[in-house]
Amino acid sequence: MLFRGFPRPPPDRAPCKARRVIEARGLSKRFGDVLAVDDLSFDVRPGTVTGFLGPNGSGKSTTMRMIMGLDLPTSGTVSVLGRRYHDLPWPMREVGGLLEAKAIHPGRSARAHLLTLARYNAIARARVDEVLELVGLTSVAGKRVGKFSLGMGQRLGIAAALLGDPAVVLFDEPVNGLDPEGIRWVRTLCHELANEGRTVFVSSHLMAEMALTADHLVVIGKGKLIAETSVDDFVARSSRQSVKVRTPESQRLSEALTSGGGTVISDRDGSMTVTGLSAPQVGEMAASLGVVLHELIPVASLEDAFMELTEEAVEFRGGT
Amino acid sequence: MTAVLEAGGPIKALPPGRVGLSRSIAAEWTKLWSVRSTSWTLFATVLAVVGLSALSTGTVNSSEILGDPTARSLVGVFFGQLVFGVLGVLVMSAEYGTGTIRSTLSALPRRPVVLAAKILLFGAVAVVVSEALTFSAFGLGQVILSGKHSLGRSAIVQSAHQHGIVIPHNIQALLSTGSASLGQPGVLRAVVGSGLYLAVLGLLALGLATIIRHTAGAISAFVGIVLVLPLIVQALPTSISNAIARYLPANIGQVMLTTHGVPERIGPAFSPWTGFALLVLYTVVILGIGCWLLVRRDA
Repeated sequence: MLFRGFPRPPPDRAPCKARRVIEARGLSKRFGDVLAVDDLSFDVRPGTVTGFLGPNGSGKSTTMRMIMGLDLPTSGTVSVLGRRYHDLPWPMREVGGLLEAKAIHPGRSARAHLLTLARYNAIARARVDEVLELVGLTSVAGKRVGKFSLGMGQRLGIAAALLGDPAVVLFDEPVNGLDPEGIRWVRTLCHELANEGRTVFVSSHLMAEMALTADHLVVIGKGKLIAETSVDDFVARSSRQSVKVRTPESQRLSEALTSGGGTVISDRDGSMTVTGLSAPQVGEMAASLGVVLHELIPVASLEDAFMELTEEAVEFRGGT
Repeated sequence: MTAVLEAGGPIKALPPGRVGLSRSIAAEWTKLWSVRSTSWTLFATVLAVVGLSALSTGTVNSSEILGDPTARSLVGVFFGQLVFGVLGVLVMSAEYGTGTIRSTLSALPRRPVVLAAKILLFGAVAVVVSEALTFSAFGLGQVILSGKHSLGRSAIVQSAHQHGIVIPHNIQALLSTGSASLGQPGVLRAVVGSGLYLAVLGLLALGLATIIRHTAGAISAFVGIVLVLPLIVQALPTSISNAIARYLPANIGQVMLTTHGVPERIGPAFSPWTGFALLVLYTVVILGIGCWLLVRRDA
């Protein structure tokens, strides 16, 4: 169990997944002439990891900040656990947020920073050491935060978010500055938190990372909602699916596939990546030629799907 | 608790009540003492206020017969106002400079409560420290002055009387008493009052930082108001400067630390406590504007 000393719900009382924990309705934010968030509506449900995906500058952080009550919406509303963040009686015990790394006084120690936050929400001192242990910062707890690396800062931010043992967790770009081991740790942590019935809302501009971390996606581009869907559906919607083929007779098959309307790229390892044709089509063509296949793998690229969707959003906006 | 259940989050009992002022003050206390700049700045204040007192009283010429030994021992207050200003600014601007304000407002989203906690805690610390400083500065200064055997007021009046000279009362008031004691008229008011003056200036600085949100900008504004403005006003034609000077915070402070409450370089002035009330009013207005902006602006 992730959190010692904090009772978790027994399995038969697992939360109902249909409930909405974060509800955004017509959320907009204008900074001068720039409409950073444009009429955004979406729901985030408990017990799953919801990825918040969009290119840099698409309004993810602004939306996160509006959820946490730091930025005030120009119009629209967003509620957490049925109320405005402002009205939560013990915010940190209900919602934990990592919004920016190292937004901490550089002269303060990691422990003092967490202790300050704990004081606000009447959280026991022992919990501070518990979260420090959880994120692996126990050995540097007394060190001044100014000396921390970006990755350590991220871990401290995550510790702060988890301090109140909250039902809802918001992580804005949590893997920024983390090494591969750290990235995997965040991914596992997100899954564990969701499995415990918590609501996990994680933003990222890294599509591949989201494919591994999230179950659901809220995709935005230029402040507008592009898709609100499961990761699988999102990928399936992509028209740029490709097929990886490995065959000893690559020359023959390649010619046939090209004349059949596909685009073939030879990969370094001797396999080919085919776009424009589905895996069954490639398999049938190979069979009709009598070509032996060693591999036939449909590759769905979240990255491609994402690029395609956000390009559309950009084009759409450009046309108006 | 019901909200959590309804929304489907983990089942967990929340304590009764909500995050409020007392929690917030406890958190501010931790914040204040968990950075080195606080202790360093306070150390600098001790050096400035008490050290300058020793320096100033130590250089008094023993034949000096004019002057106010209380004010003399409190000259360090002039430098102290700068240090209290910096400390007051940092209480708020450090949160913006480092981004800590986002953590703070996530932990306690009701922004006026955040500001109120800072005002109460910093105000209390500032009063305790500034009073300790002015009393120490006064005490040390008077010990040094009494060792100088300078002519006291009564001795001068007496010796003049022996020579058949009567010194008018208004002139007598300007004569130095040699060294002062807290029982003499105006002395306790000057010592207590100049401590309070420093503390209120610190809160004024906190208010400026809430409005300006940048350390350098807020300190510049503070220095401009407290140290530069009096110089500008002094350079104006007397008719204008006489009308304005009494409203300036620094001049209010200068009146406060003299025992007779008679300004020397300022021209017409308010009485010490009237001036002080005016300074408190400025501070309340600036903190009020700061609070209004804090609620209205994005963090």
